[in-house]
Amino acid sequence: MSETRYTDQHEWVRLEGDSATIGITKFAAEQLGDVVYVELPAKGKAVKAGAEAAVVESVKAASEVYAPVGGEVTGANDALSTEPSKVNDDPEGAGWFFKLKLADATEFSKLMDAAEYAEFTKGL
Amino acid sequence: MSLNNQGRPTSAGYAGTGAIATISGDRGLDHEEPLIFELAHGAVGVDFPDVKVSDERLGGMRRKGVIGLPGISEPEAVRHYVRLSRMNYAIDAGLYPLGSCTMKHNPRLNEKMARLPGFGDLHPLAPTAATQGALALISELMKWLTTLTGMPAVAMSPKAGAHGELCGLLAIRAALQARGDGHRTRILVPESAHGTNPATAAFAGFTVDEVPAMPDGHVDADALEAKLGPDVAAIMLTNPNTCGLFEPRVKEMADAVHKAGGYFYCDGANFNAIAGKVRPGDLGIDAMHINLHKTFSTPHGGGGPGAGPVVLSERLAPFAPLPLLVADANGFRLVEHREEAPASAKPFGRMCAFHGQMGMFVRALSYMLSHGRDGVRQSSEDAVLSANYILASLKDVMSAPFGDGPCMHEALFDDSFLEGSGVTTLDFAKAMIDEGYHPMTMYFPLVVHGAMLIEPTESESRESLDCFIHVLRELALEAKAGKTERFDGAPRLAPRRRLDETLAARKPVLRWKPPPLREAAE
Amino acid sequence: MRYHPLTAEDHRAMLAKIGTPDIDALFRDVPQGALAPLSAFDLPDTQGEMEVERALSRMAAKNIASGSAPSFCGAGAYKHHVPASVDHLIQRSEFLTSYTPYQPEIAQGTLQYLFEFQTQVALLTGMEVANASLYDGSTATAEAVLMAQRVTKRGKAILSGGLHPHYAETVETVAALFGEMKRAPVTAGSAEDLIALIDEDTACVVVQSPDVYGLIRNLRPIADAAHAKGALLIAVVTEIVSLGLLEPPGAQEADIVAAEGQSIGNGLNFGGPYVGLFATREKFLRQMPGRLTGETVDAEGRRGFVLTLSTREQHIRREKATSNICTNSGLCTLAFTIHMTLLGEEGLSRLARLNHAKAVALADRLTKLKDVELVTPAFFNEFTLRLPKPAAAVVDALALKDILAGVPASRLGGAEDLLIVAATETTTDDDMAALEAGLAEVLS
Repeated sequence: MSETRYTDQHEWVRLEGDSATIGITKFAAEQLGDVVYVELPAKGKAVKAGAEAAVVESVKAASEVYAPVGGEVTGANDALSTEPSKVNDDPEGAGWFFKLKLADATEFSKLMDAAEYAEFTKGL
Repeated sequence: MSLNNQGRPTSAGYAGTGAIATISGDRGLDHEEPLIFELAHGAVGVDFPDVKVSDERLGGMRRKGVIGLPGISEPEAVRHYVRLSRMNYAIDAGLYPLGSCTMKHNPRLNEKMARLPGFGDLHPLAPTAATQGALALISELMKWLTTLTGMPAVAMSPKAGAHGELCGLLAIRAALQARGDGHRTRILVPESAHGTNPATAAFAGFTVDEVPAMPDGHVDADALEAKLGPDVAAIMLTNPNTCGLFEPRVKEMADAVHKAGGYFYCDGANFNAIAGKVRPGDLGIDAMHINLHKTFSTPHGGGGPGAGPVVLSERLAPFAPLPLLVADANGFRLVEHREEAPASAKPFGRMCAFHGQMGMFVRALSYMLSHGRDGVRQSSEDAVLSANYILASLKDVMSAPFGDGPCMHEALFDDSFLEGSGVTTLDFAKAMIDEGYHPMTMYFPLVVHGAMLIEPTESESRESLDCFIHVLRELALEAKAGKTERFDGAPRLAPRRRLDETLAARKPVLRWKPPPLREAAE
Repeated sequence: MRYHPLTAEDHRAMLAKIGTPDIDALFRDVPQGALAPLSAFDLPDTQGEMEVERALSRMAAKNIASGSAPSFCGAGAYKHHVPASVDHLIQRSEFLTSYTPYQPEIAQGTLQYLFEFQTQVALLTGMEVANASLYDGSTATAEAVLMAQRVTKRGKAILSGGLHPHYAETVETVAALFGEMKRAPVTAGSAEDLIALIDEDTACVVVQSPDVYGLIRNLRPIADAAHAKGALLIAVVTEIVSLGLLEPPGAQEADIVAAEGQSIGNGLNFGGPYVGLFATREKFLRQMPGRLTGETVDAEGRRGFVLTLSTREQHIRREKATSNICTNSGLCTLAFTIHMTLLGEEGLSRLARLNHAKAVALADRLTKLKDVELVTPAFFNEFTLRLPKPAAAVVDALALKDILAGVPASRLGGAEDLLIVAATETTTDDDMAALEAGLAEVLS
């Protein structure tokens, strides 16, 4: 049973048990334009909620991606190194960035659900 | 994530081939040109005797394999590079309205002077007695730079503007450490600053604290002053700023940072607006780099070389890097070692090998001597006049966010006038290419949306300006009227259509590889 | 003034359009008192072309150009013959007066030659990828050390004593902020034991070959030792022609090559502008400083070139950039490319052999002089002599006879009795005879 929540920084988190998969939203991917490179965190790295965890690059810009929730990185989407286009094609599916073991479940529940996030992006 | 949406379209899109197909693939005077590696066939473009050498004194390090360099004859090489040159836009060919780049005319006298054997063929470590003319020239140039800026000293060795910024910040670091203030590591930088400013600050070991811009395009002086504190090392300002405006509260900000124990670094990229009219020294700066390849006409050369000497205040002068130029009864000499420096000198180190970009010094002095103080002043006035003429002529059809008042040597527009048209700043710029113009600086400064920064310089005639204005006017009107044909898929008349920058970044191919290797890699 | 197209009538018309009475009204934001009168500038007024030419020619005449006298100065800058077509081609308007190729559709000339240049540098150095040039060899070396610090996440750099002292100082000036800079002392003409100095804190070892005394070094053992401890080897080359005859750093397992390209296509110019070469392995690509040109296609499917991987650079990454560098060496890079194209494989090989042959002949001649000893056993086109008198005084005395005898090591902070002597393809038998006779006289 998984649940997906969103941040106002345009990251999504899908939680299954205590395993969180994180990526950037469709809205963000559209704003960025063609993604050419993604810098992902190393396995084992401990990240705090709100800290910089990854960098996503388009041709003309580099954007930081923040960890929506804190925890230990358990894996990263290595496919993105040869096919960064996955982030544009399927940002909320095959274009996921990294997974981590959630440290604090309350951090997840504070985030927006799909409806709230949709409302949020309307105003941007 | 920090949603940095400068990610505007970078793939090429589809475009049908509209041109007439020729047998050769060339079109009139436009020739397609392969790479030298594809032309190579074992010919040689030089004549040297085939001398045999023994391994005896090579320490066993003789090359074992071939290098793989292509060989072509001189006529083929000349044709190759001539054909390549014809695919380039250039100042000599047309107006280059690049804001903050100062694309003025590059006088050919400068080229002739730089090639005098006494300058061009002079070894940097030749004995001092053999280089007195060169040292005298550097001394003369230093006098021009310090006099024009109203500053007491100048460091000549930085090789470009960004290198000069680094020099200035390292001098500031050394000065702070010398007085026990090494804990001051914060530098205030406007959000409108050129990328080299924060990059240099980080390079020199400082942290960057951004100061916002005000709605009128000036830096928020109140915010800047509020950010001052005992941990501030310096402020870095560009004046005139990157929006093309003179900072009216610059003296106040200088006084404030000095009072707070910090220094004022000024980015001199826009010196062409005020050279010969305003002395940055009178505004309270501590250090400023001067881009000789902008203000003083040394050629841009397709991206370099530049030169970025840095003028320094009394408080920073002692920390100027090696080498130092000294004049005494015997003539000029260079102090190249800390131990030989006068007691008051505490150089922070060395920016590069040898003495600086002598080739650019000769060109810059040639420019200065030709212009004289009155000509330098005239250049600034004409540059400012031309930019304002463009602003006044276009602000009714394009949108100038700070167009209510005069600008300095460059005029800033944004993309509000294109709203709803489907045409972006990028499309607008690419359409200019079809009209025979190099686009203006786009998407910089970051403080306005879809920025278009236009700097005509003093080298354009009124007719040239009028033609430029007319084209921009018509393009703007067409875009606003929804007539987007000129913009769709532009440029269409340049040697290349829009290029796929996404592909270039996703699958970097940074060198030619011989076919078998290429296949193996795929 | 001949460079100003706007006339008084133009001024009138333009001011009228703008709606201001005079030009000073446009400077209204300048604080009162900061608008300086012309008299505030103690500088001469406009001069005609003739007068300027006369003034600068007089200054130029006070220098001894390398081509006008027997000249043996090296130590990081070398007198070579640059074919006439090189200087002619770089003065074409479209190369000389064009800007950085940010609008690739109208800059394919620049972008294509940069792509050719990047390939030539990679081939020469035996490395996988090269950038579109940095300012010069010394700043390229500094950038290499900074890059090694980033890649290894360590700070310490070991600098060989054979590294040109100006290069070492340049490195220390920027890299000491981020780690310990350890200079390994060396005896001129021999290689110091760098391997013993490498430890787990070492980011890189920096070795120049041929070194400042001319000694050809073997990099492979140092590379292996560095890699065993997780450090990088940075190879520095100040005389790029040497790669026409010697094993390249890439074949010796160097990780980064920082070199000076001045010898090819570029005159001595009293120290600048020169051209910094920078090459490395593909795996370090995203940590490379400087511009990069890449191949792509346009909307019609035709091959074209663009600046790429710009997100490393200052104008995008700002304070997180791999370097603050913006300008590259542009025209000097073009001169290098054209000259290297004219040389090709065979030409460069012959040029290199000729250089070595001249240096060997010169060394043999000079060591016949009493008390003159050759310190460098293996060299390319530059070697060091031990003289019975201080070398600086010898050089000054010979300069009065219009002979530029070489660079005294003391000029670079080295021993007083050492003279660094270079010979190139431009060195004639008469030049060598003049130096031999001159030295004999001054040393007697």
